[in-house]
Amino acid sequence: MLDVRLYLAQRITALVMAPLVIGHLAVMIYAVQGGLSGAEILARTQGSVLWALFYGAFVLAAAIHAAIGIRAIAYEVAGIKGTALNLLSLGFGALLLVMGLRAVAAVVLP
Amino acid sequence: MASTETIDVEIWQGDANGGAYRAYAVPAQRSQTILDVVTWVQQNAEPDLTYRFACRVGMCGSCAMTVNGKPRWTCRTHVSKAGDGPLRIAPLRNLPVIKDLVCDMTEFFDKWVGAGGVFKPSTTRDDPIPAIDPSTVERAAASEAIECINCAICYSACDAVAQNDGYFGPAALNRSWSLINDIRDAGRTERLSAAAGTGGCFNCHSQQGCASHCPNLLNPTLSIAGLKRAAVKAKVRGEI
Repeated sequence: MLDVRLYLAQRITALVMAPLVIGHLAVMIYAVQGGLSGAEILARTQGSVLWALFYGAFVLAAAIHAAIGIRAIAYEVAGIKGTALNLLSLGFGALLLVMGLRAVAAVVLP
Repeated sequence: MASTETIDVEIWQGDANGGAYRAYAVPAQRSQTILDVVTWVQQNAEPDLTYRFACRVGMCGSCAMTVNGKPRWTCRTHVSKAGDGPLRIAPLRNLPVIKDLVCDMTEFFDKWVGAGGVFKPSTTRDDPIPAIDPSTVERAAASEAIECINCAICYSACDAVAQNDGYFGPAALNRSWSLINDIRDAGRTERLSAAAGTGGCFNCHSQQGCASHCPNLLNPTLSIAGLKRAAVKAKVRGEI
């Protein structure tokens, strides 16, 4: 059910997410310890291309990674196959992508 | 050595439409194997009990059954090693039952062929036989995988096979890996394409049920990991 393309896509997106998660955790700890308010955080993220790319890349990688994972689980546990399986995994990926990008837009758009 | 002691045995009997366990008291013997127990039941209590065996010495791979929940080669499994309590003997999991303890192996061998299990020679009988250096990495990898007897115990033990009917399973992919490492083989590209496909090595979750139960102590999970690396490399290089 998983072929080499999906396997590679899932591994590569995991590779992308690992440093981004560490970066995210580091920023969270920094922000909390420094006592930054929500307004102060937004002042740093709004209009920032760097933060847009950082979280945009994470959202894209997470959407691809999770969609492939859901695909494997749906096939093996629920027995969903064929077009239904493709629609489910593509739909789940698209949902994560839209929700994630909306969240990124909310903090980076000026 | 005759004995007055008996073993409590339950043997599953039925067909593809269902079945049930039937209980027997089998005389205990010294060094008695599970296959000895099944044979005693057939010869003394249940003449139409259907089971499969041939060599009785762990070479042919035909007598595998589920013994107390685990897939085992019954000719080389002593009753004393099968665990406490009554013996429960059933057909292998993950394969359709024909009758009683006999499974239909068609799917198992079809997948074996589908994964590229058939050797494809790179020379003809008129060419000299290529020398194989036993110290090479490829030959060492082939040696680790080559002693498979196709008993289907790994196939029966594999949860990925249980949940994914298109998956080739450990035995077929282990065979493919042994051929990938055979310098005489000319089918590398077809084999890696099959391994990289939807029924191939990327369906393995590395749970190692195959390696835990293989009676010949092979490690199909390791072979599948090798196939994953080889298939990824071939894909990246555009070979498949």
